Amino acid sequence: MIETNDLSKQFNHDFWAVDGVTLTVQPGEILALLGQNGAGKTTTVRMLTALLKPTRGWARVGGHDITKNPQEIRTNVGVLTEQHGLYMRMTGEEYLDFFGEVYGLEPKIRKARSDYLLEYFGLTESARRRSGEYSKGMKQKLALARALMHDPSVLLLDEPTSAMDPESAQLVRNEISRLRSSKRTIIICTHNLAEAEALADKIAIIYRGKILLNGTLDELKRDVLGPVEYEAKFAEAFDAGDLELPQGATLASRSATSLKFRIEAPQAVNPKLVHMLTSRDAPLVSFHEVPRKLEQVYLKTMADAQGGTYAA
Amino acid sequence: MRRNLRTIWMVARREFIDQFRDWRIIVPMLLLVSLFPFIADDTTRQAVNFMNRFGGDLILDNLVPFVVLVIGFFPLSFTLVVALESFVGEKERGTIEPLLSSPLEDKHMYLGKLLVGITTPLVFSYASIGIYLILVSRREVALPSAYMLALILLLTFAHAVLMVSSAIVISVQATTIRAANLLASFVVVPVAFLLQGETVLIFWGNEDVLWFAIAGVTLLAGLLVRLGLAHFRREYLLGREIDTINLKWMWRAFRNRFIGNAKSISEWYRNEIPVTLRQLRQPLIIVIALALVGGIVSYTWVVMNVPAYFDLSPDHITEIRTFLAENLSNLDRLGERLPAPLLFYYNARTTVVFLLLGLVSFGTLGLTLFIVNIGLVGGVLGAASLVGYSPLAVFVVGILPHGIFELSAVFLATAAMLKTGAQLVTPQADKSLGEMLLISLADWFRIFIGIAIPLLAIAAVIEIYITPWLIKQFFPFL
Repeated sequence: MIETNDLSKQFNHDFWAVDGVTLTVQPGEILALLGQNGAGKTTTVRMLTALLKPTRGWARVGGHDITKNPQEIRTNVGVLTEQHGLYMRMTGEEYLDFFGEVYGLEPKIRKARSDYLLEYFGLTESARRRSGEYSKGMKQKLALARALMHDPSVLLLDEPTSAMDPESAQLVRNEISRLRSSKRTIIICTHNLAEAEALADKIAIIYRGKILLNGTLDELKRDVLGPVEYEAKFAEAFDAGDLELPQGATLASRSATSLKFRIEAPQAVNPKLVHMLTSRDAPLVSFHEVPRKLEQVYLKTMADAQGGTYAA
Repeated sequence: MRRNLRTIWMVARREFIDQFRDWRIIVPMLLLVSLFPFIADDTTRQAVNFMNRFGGDLILDNLVPFVVLVIGFFPLSFTLVVALESFVGEKERGTIEPLLSSPLEDKHMYLGKLLVGITTPLVFSYASIGIYLILVSRREVALPSAYMLALILLLTFAHAVLMVSSAIVISVQATTIRAANLLASFVVVPVAFLLQGETVLIFWGNEDVLWFAIAGVTLLAGLLVRLGLAHFRREYLLGREIDTINLKWMWRAFRNRFIGNAKSISEWYRNEIPVTLRQLRQPLIIVIALALVGGIVSYTWVVMNVPAYFDLSPDHITEIRTFLAENLSNLDRLGERLPAPLLFYYNARTTVVFLLLGLVSFGTLGLTLFIVNIGLVGGVLGAASLVGYSPLAVFVVGILPHGIFELSAVFLATAAMLKTGAQLVTPQADKSLGEMLLISLADWFRIFIGIAIPLLAIAAVIEIYITPWLIKQFFPFL
């Protein structure tokens, strides 16, 4: 589990890189930390790995306080850093073995873990080549293998699929999902909103060191974009006239062949709405929720934070 | 202990692998080792021929030890490359972060890298010396004794530790190899001077004097290793402070420490100065002890050795005493030749020089200069006793009246300088090297401005206007 409260870091005595971050990530949960470059994601991760001491606030990672038990934290956390950080003159096999040794694994376990990870990420054939000869995606996979080498209970992954081809990215996403189901606590820092949407149980948006939003995707959509929208599509032009909508539904927009409604409580309101439309002989083809993406939430949040306007 | 050594070796082993697979490091070193001994051998041959024709036995006798020192030093220049590559290079390439995120302790990383930084260039250096000695042994030239050779090998080792530890200190302060290389000139230039000094010692012909060089270089290297250990911290290596200089903050930190919570000068003297003085208790005891030892050693040396060089027969002593008595009136004009403000300026400047030397050597050079100064007092008293004056009386009449102020000021400022040096090489939680330096400097300036300056001013006035009068009054009784 990861818990932070008012976690803050000041640099150079006058710049707050992270300012009052409060988060909770349970075991078996993935939190996606989103934000612009320089928003404070890396500094937050560095504090959670006990690399930087907070100027204010506290954090507990895997039950250990980041300032009081830094060694325990480093032992239990797997980190994928912003830069892959590979030693270019070491082979993939040597690299994993070295980090296995750093984490205190016995030679047999090191070999078994290394073989498994190299195999899983499709690097077995290149295991004896120097990592300097690897492609970008292979380097990223080897770095991820390093982060997983000691089978940590907490994972902090900075852009885990950047530079990867779609198949490799899918492979990594599958592995992250598997780790979630084996009760690992995971934070992903990413600019890939589709990936965050697909993987994350919770999403936090950080801007200039402060958390602007934090919650499940549904909560974020509701808070930022308003109530859920449903669209009724008609087979031909339908003149709805003055509709008397059930309580909890408002008309968001209309065209000749469709109507969009904003619904507060879909389970209660939708049956009444559909009944009302069919009773007025509307040539109803479909009635479905208007898909809203994390991207819309993110862009609107950032536009609000920067005092601009967001065009959906 | 065993676990520590194993972990250090684990870090070092990886570095060795990295290093031996990097042709940019290995090829130049191999070239240096394989070519330079031959060049040096030929140079020796030509030098021997030249000196056999035109004379120069002293140079001829010590030529090979000198070349051994130089030839051993060339591969050592790679210590900087290796150390900078190992520390700053890792930072620049981003490979250090996974390492810092691991359970490795700071000291293991530091010592592992230090080991590699020293070992590889040293092995090449010794190999180079070995090849040269084999080549030169065919020539008709005096070879160094085993003792001399051991001393030079020891000195070469001390050079390696000094250069690597300096490079690491630089590395901690730099984020790019380019910046580190620029800063590295602060290592190369002093070490080049050091080498010149050691060459003088070798040609001086006294082997034992080399021990002083070995001791000095080892002491400095040890302090630099400690400085590196104290400041090689994850927080500092990844923090952003080292990329920027925040002058406003620096000034604020210095001012806040200097002024403390005082609202007025009297409050500053009442509340703040005593705090700093209490913190100086331990260094002050050391300074006083060293001053006593320095004074006594110097006094004893003068008393025991000067008679061998000077004529101290009763007639000559009488001559000296008569000369001094006749020239006592010159003391009246002391203030004209050396006005009190000028004397005050000289003394204050010396105190600042102690600090500056102390800053670049973690207190050692400043302390050495201080001991030399106190040694002069001991020497003067020793000389006085040789010509029949009571050293105690000379001290009480000629030194104590102004010395009580001057020595107090110098002792306190030196103690503050020593504390500054000690703080720099002591691990301080949550404080960077820059912060420590600012705090220590502020403490030193508290003592310098708050105590030393007023005391030195009083001392200068007494030394120019009162001490000469006292000497004149009490001269017949000395």
